[in-house]
Amino acid sequence: MNSNIWLLSFADSVAIATTLILAALGALFTERAGVLNLGIEGMLLTSAITSFLVADSTGSVWAGMLLGIVLGAVLAGIHALLTVVLRANQIVSGLALVIFGTGLANFLGKPAEGKTIKTTIEPLSFGPLSDIPGIGPVVFGQDPVTYAALLIAVVASWFLFRTRAGLEVRATGDDPATVDSQGLSVATIRIRYTLLGGALVGFGGAFHMLAQSAAWHLEATTNGVGWIALSLVVFAGWRPIRLIFGAILFGFTLQLPFTLQAEQITFIPSALMPMLPYLATLIALIALSRPSSRNILGAPKALGIPFVRDER
Amino acid sequence: MSNTSHEVASGPYHSGGAAPSALSAHSVSKRFPGVLANDSVDFDIQPGEVHTLLGENGAGKSTLAAMLCGLYQPDSGYIARNGQRVVLSSPRAGLQHGIAMVHQHFRLVDRFTVAENVILGSRNLSFVLDRRSINERVSEVAESYGLPIDPTATVGDLSVGQRQRVEIVKALYQGAEILLLDEPTAVLVPAEVEKLFENVHAMTQAGKSIVFISHKLGEVVEISDRVTVLRGGKVTGHVSGRGATDTKDLARLMVGRDINLGTQRASHPTGHEVLQIRDVSLNVNGVNVLSNISFNVHEGEMVGIAGVAGNGQKELADTIAGLLSPTSGSISIGGATATDRGPIHARELGLAYVPEDRLGMGLVPSMSILDNLLLTRDRHIVVDRASVRPEATRLIEQFEIKANGPDHLARKLSGGNAQKVLLARELSGGRTATKLLVVCSPTRGLDVGAIETVRRLLDDARSAGQAILLISEDLDEIMSLADRILVLYRGSIAHETPGETAQIATVGAAMAGLTTGVNG
Ligand SMILES: Nc1ncnc2c1ncn2[C@@H]1O[C@H](COP(=O)(O)OP(=O)(O)OP(=O)(O)O)[C@@H](O)[C@H]1O
Ligand SMILES: [Mg+2]
Repeated sequence: MNSNIWLLSFADSVAIATTLILAALGALFTERAGVLNLGIEGMLLTSAITSFLVADSTGSVWAGMLLGIVLGAVLAGIHALLTVVLRANQIVSGLALVIFGTGLANFLGKPAEGKTIKTTIEPLSFGPLSDIPGIGPVVFGQDPVTYAALLIAVVASWFLFRTRAGLEVRATGDDPATVDSQGLSVATIRIRYTLLGGALVGFGGAFHMLAQSAAWHLEATTNGVGWIALSLVVFAGWRPIRLIFGAILFGFTLQLPFTLQAEQITFIPSALMPMLPYLATLIALIALSRPSSRNILGAPKALGIPFVRDER
Repeated sequence: MSNTSHEVASGPYHSGGAAPSALSAHSVSKRFPGVLANDSVDFDIQPGEVHTLLGENGAGKSTLAAMLCGLYQPDSGYIARNGQRVVLSSPRAGLQHGIAMVHQHFRLVDRFTVAENVILGSRNLSFVLDRRSINERVSEVAESYGLPIDPTATVGDLSVGQRQRVEIVKALYQGAEILLLDEPTAVLVPAEVEKLFENVHAMTQAGKSIVFISHKLGEVVEISDRVTVLRGGKVTGHVSGRGATDTKDLARLMVGRDINLGTQRASHPTGHEVLQIRDVSLNVNGVNVLSNISFNVHEGEMVGIAGVAGNGQKELADTIAGLLSPTSGSISIGGATATDRGPIHARELGLAYVPEDRLGMGLVPSMSILDNLLLTRDRHIVVDRASVRPEATRLIEQFEIKANGPDHLARKLSGGNAQKVLLARELSGGRTATKLLVVCSPTRGLDVGAIETVRRLLDDARSAGQAILLISEDLDEIMSLADRILVLYRGSIAHETPGETAQIATVGAAMAGLTTGVNG
């Protein structure tokens, strides 16, 4: 068995995990405030194609990145408007966002279908450190966004559990009536974190496009990563640090068939492993729909429920 | 400040010259569609005083309290704090003036710790939370009023009494000088009430003012420095001076007649078994909520289930009503099996049910009184309102429900009046003649006059041969009505005694889980 291939494949898993971490953190912030946004997949696609087009025409991946983030926030803004301000059903609005985002990406991406990007995000170079056998490529061979994603996850955890604003977000997701009685605006908090979540999802979409995929293909670019991100939040119990490990695990299983092929291991059907995250997603969504399992998993208690102030 | 300024207001019953009232209302009025809830009400409270608001259901007590804390704005009249006119545009504005209300529905996040709940919404904390110092500070505030509480405990694990304590600590932490307690004892067991009163003393000693609302006259006599009686939105009486009155006088002041809440028991020997419960166990999400419950209720008998809330009472009632299926065991009503047959079947067997959660399960808040009554009466395809209307009008009168008529929405009734609508529906019988009546906390939140009425109706139902299961946290009520008392503790029957010879100390101890066994 070639240990080098396994190490390299682990490094690749971390890269796949980066998109997952960013998208799932976006979902996590949104859900911690009590808003369920199922539209992640559509937002990822829209941000991906936007960043592709912008990077392609300006030649700057960072400009592409920025526009991708903005688009993510804009789509999340639509969701916030519909569900927080107009109190529409969050599931319906989220699903509509998937359809809208996919359609928009399809429309914008028509001319670019199959086209490859010239500039991409390059891994950081730590000089000789990256060449350390074994851990070198894994720890020091990643691109800047991956390091940023890990940092964001750590900061998110600190923010949620160690700051006053974090306390308010968590309270809003669990018990908006109590937050309201303290003179804080439930709507403002929910809109704010839905937008922040959208920006993170957009970041993930742009990264996925610019660092991961060489070419734009509507069918293949995100490949359900948005849905997997949603399930990741559930399995991580809405905790950012646990989410990192979950993302790496999912990244690894998604990437495994390529390694197995390279190793010419055939006793495990290579199509089976990457199915696992999707299976997990299915389980997570079922769990989310059952009140008893939601409670056990630690879901925010008011997740998905519009807040209406009690009239009496 | 100058006495000539029109900004200065003196307390209405406070002799001039002295320090201004801590908080006062000056002929405040509040109108809701169709009802004048407060009609030129004057009210004031001094530092270090307990001032009780007393009145029938719908008299306007909660409305006045809501205006005093900034939840509602008066239509006319004004509020003054330390003699200065203030506008309390929101509860937060009230808090900024040192006024806090402790609601009956606690405003606490279950998953948070005590300290996290206490500081939620505080603006004067640093962005990064220093848990250690916050916990210390919360303990400090709590202990200085004799309210010891573990700041690191999770609120969801606390008892109702402890949660109430957290609410009070929260108000004190936020700097409240005046606390409005709206029926704080309705949810407490006797020992917790005692504890609360100790805390109230500690707070008044420290110069805080307490506005107290309660229907329990014994408590009112014990705790109040002053009592203001409201009736139909108007102030109709005052009593000042601690111990200047007794419960009889208060009752008369309140409802204008004498009230008798004496002991009532079955007058006839009881008949055969109507409700039979055999080895009923219930497991919810892996937790045994009920374990091996067996008992019977006979014709013309009232069995009381005592116990602290959350020991399985709600589940027991729901299981009998067919809303929950027992994990094992059997239930029969009038000799016919009711296990796993659902709520409609149970009603067809002659069950009438007054559930715990009024506006959730008992009444449809967005529907009128009439439509709520129709729910158990009409089974035709086309709703026939006209035929039920006279009966609705009669029930509104009989139960003294304060409403504009049968079309009044359930949501807009005062707490006690919503309760009465539900009782009226269940006690007056539906399509099938009632054989078994299961009632949960039938008089919670009712005024003494209404309590008397409800007790009489329950007693009448018993005399008429109905079997009654009375589930209540109000031990007094069970002691004075039930022919047999069962204590439910952690889902099992911890104690059984005849009502006649029951000792309050023994029953109370069993409720707290201190004894087990069957007596007599
Ligand atoms: N939000 C509201 N909308 C319409 N009517 C209301 C509203 N709140 C109160 N009322 C009416 O105002 C009157 C006074 O209600 P309030 O809740 O102040 O009574 P209360 O004295 O607290 O009674 P209880 O002892 O039953 O709690 C009642 O007739 C009630 O129906
Ligand atoms: Mg009230």
